[in-house]
Amino acid sequence: MPMTFDVSSSPHIRSPEDTRFMMWWVAIALLFPLAAAVYFFGLQALLLTMVVTITAVVSEALFQLLAKRPISILDGSAVVTGLLLALVLPPTLPYWMGAIGAIAAMVLVKGLFGGLGFNIFNPALAARAILLASWPVAMTTWTRPFDALTTATPLFLDKMGQATPGYLDLFLGNRAGSLGETSVLMILIGAGILFWKKIIDWPAPAAYLGTVGILALILGRDPLFALLSGGLMIGAFFMATDYVTAPVTTQGRFIFGMGCGIMTILIRFYGGFPEGVNYSILFMNILTPLIDKYARPRLFGGKRG
Amino acid sequence: MNTFSGGLHLKYNKESTEFKPIKELPSPQRVVIPLQQNLGCPNDPLVKVGDEVYEGQKIGDSPKFVSAPVHASISGKVTKIEKLPNPCGFDVASVVIEAGGGAKGSVMHNAKTLEELTPDEIRRIVREAGIVGMGGATFPTHVKLTPPAGKLIDTLIINGCECEPYITADHRLMLERADDIIFGSLALAKAVGAQNILIGVEDNKKDAVGALSTSDEKHHLGKNSPIKIVEVETKYPQGGEKQLIKTLLDREVPSGKLPLEVGAVVNNVGTAAAVAAAIKHGTPLIKRVLTVTGPGMKERHNFLVRIGTSFEEVLKHSEGLMEDASRIVMGGPMMGLAVSSLDLPVVKGTTCLLVFNRKEARIYEEKDCIRCGRCIKHCPAGLMPNFLSDYVKLKDWEKVEEYHVADCIECGCCSYVCPSRIFLVQYFKAAKRELQVRKAVCQ
Repeated sequence: MPMTFDVSSSPHIRSPEDTRFMMWWVAIALLFPLAAAVYFFGLQALLLTMVVTITAVVSEALFQLLAKRPISILDGSAVVTGLLLALVLPPTLPYWMGAIGAIAAMVLVKGLFGGLGFNIFNPALAARAILLASWPVAMTTWTRPFDALTTATPLFLDKMGQATPGYLDLFLGNRAGSLGETSVLMILIGAGILFWKKIIDWPAPAAYLGTVGILALILGRDPLFALLSGGLMIGAFFMATDYVTAPVTTQGRFIFGMGCGIMTILIRFYGGFPEGVNYSILFMNILTPLIDKYARPRLFGGKRG
Repeated sequence: MNTFSGGLHLKYNKESTEFKPIKELPSPQRVVIPLQQNLGCPNDPLVKVGDEVYEGQKIGDSPKFVSAPVHASISGKVTKIEKLPNPCGFDVASVVIEAGGGAKGSVMHNAKTLEELTPDEIRRIVREAGIVGMGGATFPTHVKLTPPAGKLIDTLIINGCECEPYITADHRLMLERADDIIFGSLALAKAVGAQNILIGVEDNKKDAVGALSTSDEKHHLGKNSPIKIVEVETKYPQGGEKQLIKTLLDREVPSGKLPLEVGAVVNNVGTAAAVAAAIKHGTPLIKRVLTVTGPGMKERHNFLVRIGTSFEEVLKHSEGLMEDASRIVMGGPMMGLAVSSLDLPVVKGTTCLLVFNRKEARIYEEKDCIRCGRCIKHCPAGLMPNFLSDYVKLKDWEKVEEYHVADCIECGCCSYVCPSRIFLVQYFKAAKRELQVRKAVCQ
């Protein structure tokens, strides 16, 4: 019998749900939109995703090795970033461009800012913005599902005043767009898993989608089309819910979602781009520290209102 | 069902002891009675080495108001008075009594009935019996029973939540001593002038609700009974004083204030039972019920133990430790104190001896915060533990105060849910102490 015992501060038990648990569940949830991408855009979607994800993991490991930090690739966050980046890329993007995006995400956007927990911008979205600025043509070349003929995205068609796909095609994902953004159905299944596991919560996505829907309605556009098109769904459920780059409180997340919604509508309806989800979320990432400062929870026994 | 915000649904692990009747342990050969077993001021010894004492004799007292006397828990001879190891972590002046011989004498019996006793007399009996908060907080009960002039107390709350996992001492007490708990509640209510008595019990102890509702004492009160037994949601920390008031009365104790600010006084069921014993039989607080449990124990029990019995002796009656026992906790897994040795005495606040093995009580490595917000969502005090811990690490004491560290009830919910295993509560305990020292230095 040992006569000395561990001493440590309470609590002496911990939840089994650690960072690794959360990240791997996000990765699992992302397999659903990925499956839709492979179904609609073929094997190249899978290959691009694998290249991007593996590059993300390897570049994080190499960066941590060079920076003499603990190697943390097993926590799953690099895999999640890789998957998220791949899912917001066009299906025909050259693999090497995707790889450069992954390196930018892990090193420029995440590693140099201090690694998991310290990055200001969502690594996948910031990397996508970098790719868009670097190779604007490749990053806006869209293809039709199944036959891979070059075409325009529904939002672009809408901006040009042309006919857009029907609601059912939009919902199922039978339209041009980034790998994982097209199938609303599969995104909802993935998000459902994360809600079930209590890994994401409703304020940011609900405020985001609600704001877009309501503003579209007020501005005389089709709210359902606004919700089902572009990268809104994957942005609302998988990007605006990113722990590190979004606010920490319920109120803060709600404000964050509303801000994303307003920005998205402004860019889509009045800006030069057909789609604004990417920049909207990056813009709100900047405001996150400010929101965190003011959107605090109500202190128990504190003043009301 | 009303409840407080935040908190956790934990795995309770109470099955192995909740059906085991309280077993009284034989009187030990030696007891160590720390002269301070309450929050507040320490006592001075009333005996000297060589004195013979009788069971129940007062051996330590203090002229200070916020104090509670201590009593000999066995008859025998005082062999030592010196600073000895204490479960709280540092050495405390203690009286050692070896059994055998012993002075003649017995505790004073109170001849009056509860109806005849005045509030002042009840307070005096409670004080003389050395009764403190038996849920583990050990705040002197007579102080709680003395509201400042002009403060009206309308409700006495009796806390039967026992929201910490593993512990079943209060649960068994409610089943086996329901009459005493009802009687004690009436006495406590009379002392503070409360018209209503609410006994809050978590709904995972329905048999306890039944036992209290059908007790003879309750039956005697008839239709006009001031006592209501209320089932509350099983959610940690439901037994937190402010949380229970919120749940039962929908009143929020203002930040930095005491429950009497909202007309309530909260006492534990164990305290009520101790008060009943003191009034009915003159028995001072020299024994208490505690649970011996955990994955590192060979057997698990609820014991009635004399104060001052060593942990080692108590655990011996439960067949001792398993080979892989690695951590001994006094109290529950969420708020209990880990102790480094078994050569420590059971004190008034010892609700439980919980023995873990390394599989159940792992040693964690702290990682960086990923800002998931779980600590905020589960904090019953409405704090932001993530930012608060950052400011503690930066030693930015102004920010630490601005983020309300003083309102932390140290329940441990934040640390429990933190996926990065940050030692949040540990930082807050340290910060509170630091701020206290800073205030003392500045004044």
